[in-house]
Amino acid sequence: MSANSPATRIEPRRSGVPYVLIIPAVVALLAGLAYPLVWQFITAFQDYGLAQQFGKPPEWVGFANFANLVLDGEFWAVLGRSLLFCVVTAFATVVIGVLMAVLMNAVGKVARLILQIAMLLAWATPVAAATTVFIWLFDRRRGVVNYLLDLLPGVDMNRYDWLGHPLTFFLVASILIVWMSVPFVSFAVYAGLTQVSDEVMEAAQIDGANAWQRFWRIVTPIIRPVLSIVLLLQLIWDLRVFAQITLLKDAGSKSGDFDLLGTYIYKLGASANDFGVASAVSIVVLIITLAISWAYVRDLIKEDEAQ
Amino acid sequence: MTLKLGRVVLTVVAIVLAVVWAFPVYWMVNSAFISTAVLQQFTPHFFPGEYFTPSNFAGAIADGSFWGALGMSISITLIVVAFCLVFAFLGAVAISRFKFRGRKTFVLALLLIQMLPAEGLFIAQYKMMSSLGLLNSIIGVSVIYIAAVIPFTVWMLRGFVAGVPAELEEAAMVDGLSRFQAFMRITFPLLAPGLVASGVYAFLQAWNEFTVAVVLLPAEAAQTLPLWLRGFVQASATRETDWGQVMAASTIVAIPVIIFFLIVQGRMTSGLVGGAVKG
Repeated sequence: MSANSPATRIEPRRSGVPYVLIIPAVVALLAGLAYPLVWQFITAFQDYGLAQQFGKPPEWVGFANFANLVLDGEFWAVLGRSLLFCVVTAFATVVIGVLMAVLMNAVGKVARLILQIAMLLAWATPVAAATTVFIWLFDRRRGVVNYLLDLLPGVDMNRYDWLGHPLTFFLVASILIVWMSVPFVSFAVYAGLTQVSDEVMEAAQIDGANAWQRFWRIVTPIIRPVLSIVLLLQLIWDLRVFAQITLLKDAGSKSGDFDLLGTYIYKLGASANDFGVASAVSIVVLIITLAISWAYVRDLIKEDEAQ
Repeated sequence: MTLKLGRVVLTVVAIVLAVVWAFPVYWMVNSAFISTAVLQQFTPHFFPGEYFTPSNFAGAIADGSFWGALGMSISITLIVVAFCLVFAFLGAVAISRFKFRGRKTFVLALLLIQMLPAEGLFIAQYKMMSSLGLLNSIIGVSVIYIAAVIPFTVWMLRGFVAGVPAELEEAAMVDGLSRFQAFMRITFPLLAPGLVASGVYAFLQAWNEFTVAVVLLPAEAAQTLPLWLRGFVQASATRETDWGQVMAASTIVAIPVIIFFLIVQGRMTSGLVGGAVKG
């Protein structure tokens, strides 16, 4: 924060210049996000089905769409599944990402470079291509995963259909997302780790702190801001994954047992044409997102006020 | 002695993890060069070797909608990168070089918007574009992408602008330049890495995006490359999936991005981390 203070020192006379500068960005945000958000909020309280799409004016129904959701078993199933999937995947991503960062920090230059390039490959691969490759890796007849697992003594994975059962379907989805997301986490944490100065670590060592104490007392506080932001982002991103689930469902099963919030909203809106209920689910999701990020946003506001 | 042994063990672990992490990408490229007839044998081939064939690529490109999708992806990506860079640059200058009423609201809005993933809004975006007659159009998708990418690019560029001390500009102003001239001559050239990093970020987002594209581009004639890949997989899966061609198609979608990403990753990573962390 202190780094920003010299920048704001050029104190202009009250001028319109900054407003002109932010107008394009503000207009873009209003058009692409704010307007749809408002529309969605309104529609969540309306009966907006097929008839409305052909011109019949929507009717206000108050909280009826939400009430329908509360009574709908499928909604609760999807919500519970999504929350569980999101928490497990996000925590796995962050834990593995931190371990990778610590490993990067501990090994020599060559090993680090090799590991970094491997992770960049995973990071750079577009989600559609990555998901397609995972479908091929886990293909039941000729997938290399089943082949390799079959080589283990006592394991019989011959023709095991990973995408045909909800549990293994979400396991594959989770592995895919962890594979794609760990690089961002570990590069961010690694950047944090490189800010830990060697002198401080040596001084602590001379003072008798063991490796564990040095990690908890010196390293952790320095990387904590990085950790909280990456965990928050992972939770938000994993809550309503759409692309991976849609593509995996293409290859697996169309059943509703394989839906998460993202695909569930899509199903309500695109196939069932029930925009009112779909919007209501989106609002629920937005509220969960805000709840997850609330602590972080509150801290930022506080920091901003303290400046 | 134990220290050395520990180091060796860690190095081995790192190499093993690198192999595991790179494997899916390797497997994609490997399979892309082996004909489907060979891939359908029970034993997988870990190197193309004698089975090497480029024909899968020819087969994938010969698909009727490939070139259209490529053109669509290129157009959308160029529009998004250009608009995002200009809009985000102006916004970043505003918040890092000026104090103004509403600045805090703008900054907080940028931050909050980053917490809204596209998947929560696509119903409304679909409705909006359909009522404007912008479904299946480059403009419709680009508007949504620009809005989605701007918050982060402003955030990233803000860090870069703030990183150039305003004293440098002040000194130039003392030497008789106007404020605008001082900014353009002193600060702007130092922002090149930031602009590259933000541009690449916007490029990757627009090139790879899938969700909004599925919703806003329902027509087969208006696919981007990720949608084309999905359609290609589905078309091929009607009988027995043609894995050789599907992997070639995946490789075509992924390789340009991977190469680009590897070239500029250092700058982009520091920008991402700086933008996300410095606040």
